[in-house]
Amino acid sequence: MCEIYHRQELQVNHHAPLYAQSKASLTAHRHAARLCDWRRYTVLSVRFESICKDFGPVRVLHEVGFAIQKGQIHALIGENGAGKSTLMKILGGYLQPSAGQVLVDGQAVHFRSSREAEAAGIVLIHQEFNLAEDLSIAQNVFLGRELRRGLLLDESAMNRQTTRALEQVGLWLDPRRKVSSLIVAEKQLVEIAKALSRQAKLLIMDEPTATLTPGEIETLFKLIARMKGEGVTILYISHKLEEVKALSDTVTVLRDGRHIQTAPTAALTQQEMANLMVGRELSDMFPLKMAFSSPKVVFAAQGVSVPGWATEVSFELHQGEILGFAGLVGAGRTELFEGILGLRPRSSGRFELNRKTIELHSPAQALRQGIVYLSEDRKGKGLHVNMELRPNLTLMALQLYAHPLLDTAAEGRAFDKEAQHFNIRGGQPESKASALSGGNQQKLALAKILHPDPKIVILDEPTRGVDVGAKREIYFLIQQLAQEGRSVIVISSELLELIGLCHRLVVMRGGHVTGILGQEQMSEAEIIAYATGIKGSYATA
Amino acid sequence: MLQPEKPVADKPRPRFSFSGWGPLLGLILLCILATLLNPSFLSLDNIFNVLTRTAFIGIIAVGMTFVIISGGIDLSVGSMAALIAGSMILVMNALEPRLGAGTLTVLVGMLLALALGALFGVLHGLTITKGRIEPFIVTLGTLGIFRAVLTYLSQGGAITLEQNLSDHYSPVYYGAFLGVPIPIWVFLAVALLGGLVLNRTRFGRYVQAIGSNEGVARYAAIQVDNIKILTYVAVGICVAVATILYVPRLGSATPSTGLLWELETIAAVIIGGTSLKGGSGRITGTVIGAILLSTIGNVLNLTSIISVYLNAAVQGIVIIIVAFLQRGRR
Repeated sequence: MCEIYHRQELQVNHHAPLYAQSKASLTAHRHAARLCDWRRYTVLSVRFESICKDFGPVRVLHEVGFAIQKGQIHALIGENGAGKSTLMKILGGYLQPSAGQVLVDGQAVHFRSSREAEAAGIVLIHQEFNLAEDLSIAQNVFLGRELRRGLLLDESAMNRQTTRALEQVGLWLDPRRKVSSLIVAEKQLVEIAKALSRQAKLLIMDEPTATLTPGEIETLFKLIARMKGEGVTILYISHKLEEVKALSDTVTVLRDGRHIQTAPTAALTQQEMANLMVGRELSDMFPLKMAFSSPKVVFAAQGVSVPGWATEVSFELHQGEILGFAGLVGAGRTELFEGILGLRPRSSGRFELNRKTIELHSPAQALRQGIVYLSEDRKGKGLHVNMELRPNLTLMALQLYAHPLLDTAAEGRAFDKEAQHFNIRGGQPESKASALSGGNQQKLALAKILHPDPKIVILDEPTRGVDVGAKREIYFLIQQLAQEGRSVIVISSELLELIGLCHRLVVMRGGHVTGILGQEQMSEAEIIAYATGIKGSYATA
Repeated sequence: MLQPEKPVADKPRPRFSFSGWGPLLGLILLCILATLLNPSFLSLDNIFNVLTRTAFIGIIAVGMTFVIISGGIDLSVGSMAALIAGSMILVMNALEPRLGAGTLTVLVGMLLALALGALFGVLHGLTITKGRIEPFIVTLGTLGIFRAVLTYLSQGGAITLEQNLSDHYSPVYYGAFLGVPIPIWVFLAVALLGGLVLNRTRFGRYVQAIGSNEGVARYAAIQVDNIKILTYVAVGICVAVATILYVPRLGSATPSTGLLWELETIAAVIIGGTSLKGGSGRITGTVIGAILLSTIGNVLNLTSIISVYLNAAVQGIVIIIVAFLQRGRR
């Protein structure tokens, strides 16, 4: 009840003259607000009717129609390119439908901008947050509707209200803190607080857990459940079917821009959802595991420390092995490998390649030894999305095409070959990488780091933001790499992926290796036990 | 996920791209206009005159194109040209008694210029990459330093090349090969080489990759620092080449030598369609941009509609118009 109370207070305080009220009258007003039927103001239903959307000659939504019931958590699932985001952008006012209409509470609406949608109580929380990093939390929450006292901004009132809005989402932070100083999970909660303080009645959340740790996810789910209790309708977009299953009341599946099914979540199993998303059986998601034949250790790291992230980490990698690295977000896995590659400062560490000591101080040095790394951050570190496909592919192996002048025709031929081999669809060699879907971008990024023919391949979250079909292709590709005698390290937050793919698993917690699991020990419960510190003292692989 | 699920266009849409043809179109229009106003504009003498004057800015702009594509900037080129010119003249004058007023002395002077240009480039590059200071700040600093040192060396006046040396050196600017002035040949050679290096070598590809996204380039095992340093060396050498052509023109260096060259150079690069944010750009565009800028001055000289004193104003308007036409291109 306490949360409702805060909500009302926020609502009251938005009306400029009210914050000058005496404390007594404000309390009275709160009571009045609480007594009136607040649900009438907060609940909202939506119906899509034959929504079509064309981008140029291409139709991306085909007569999509379904309803979102009042006060429910409605999940929207589908592969990348299924049209989820487009549909949500239409609802959020960012795009206009080419045909069909959106009904809100039975009334046809035509939002010409996100501002109009917001006015109707519909707020889209982007996966990449819309926060001004250099402004404070309060300045962000009140961006575009600042409270004023005369000509000047009323900072103290905004800070006060922001504090309450933050408490509502379970954040106890100084509203004057800069957004850039927050961690991802806090930014997300700030986004939600911002939406709630704008009287959101329908909240659209796009992959909200993509970058959160299990603990943070739990907090978020509690918050979502509470918002539902307060009558907020929630539209939840996710790739993670177990989340959808646990959280939502109703689920809608889109595929190739078409509405496939809307059903009560309880009526569908995760497997059925997955099958509906891809339109075929997915029992063969992972390739059959093949034992790696050679016991030969090709790479060994000893006592690697990356200040602030990893302490005295040691492991060995065999030829043809797929070695997984599991752990919570912040366990230091990415930073460990960035340290190994020389991408961030390292305080200690010795490396052996085929039993010979080697130096690793830069990615270029690693590449010369046949070691490549693909970052988890595709747009920031993995792929030049503003460059064409061909130069992206050959970037790490340009010496093959420089005689000394670059043979662009040979590069083009190489691209055609690799596009076929990696099944990169949807682009000409000279089109920009940004034009590809997430899955195809990832396949291009993989093709790029494999182009110099490396012997040791380190993949950080290789299937992040990738649809189910492309995921499967990437799993089979990893298997194939191992079969060719290369050694693969997979860092992943998806336990099923690690279990389905890896020969051995290194579990990290707080920068330390806490366990090394062999084939028979690999289970979700076991991994989580090591990752959270229930099991495992610091060990070496 | 949230990027719009954009359909990948089946065939590239035929759309007029201003960045490709706009500057050239503008140049042609300007030339037609100039010819209508004063037919002598099209005379071979005048065209050679314009191109020769373009050579200094144009050559530096070729180097600057690399720096800007990689995401950097060099504000010091004008001051650097002045300091190199002054140092070159001082050393040649000092060597004249020993080596004579002949080719040898001039050659030593030229080599010194090239070495200085490369050295300044290395210093810029190291300060920017290893010292992790913004290129704008570093080169703003050296802009002041270079010119101040030159002013000190010249004691506020002029450093003048000995007459004998000057006579021997002057063909480098005033001479011609196959009827075409030497500076134009050099300009052409530098531009062709620049285009080749940018589009057909690993270095050029890496420069574009770094400008497009430095993080991705670093993770793709590109030695980002080295490539960046090399772009500043390239522009330094281009400044040296331009100075080598410039010194015989007046035979002296003064505190106002190369004044505002940095702005004209950057303007030429931007007019040519290179993004100030880096990532992509073209040498041909830069060359056309440089020619366009000097043609404006020439046209104002030849005609009397707009005072030649307003040269910079007209250039400024052209820069803004070009920027206007290119906006929204990304």
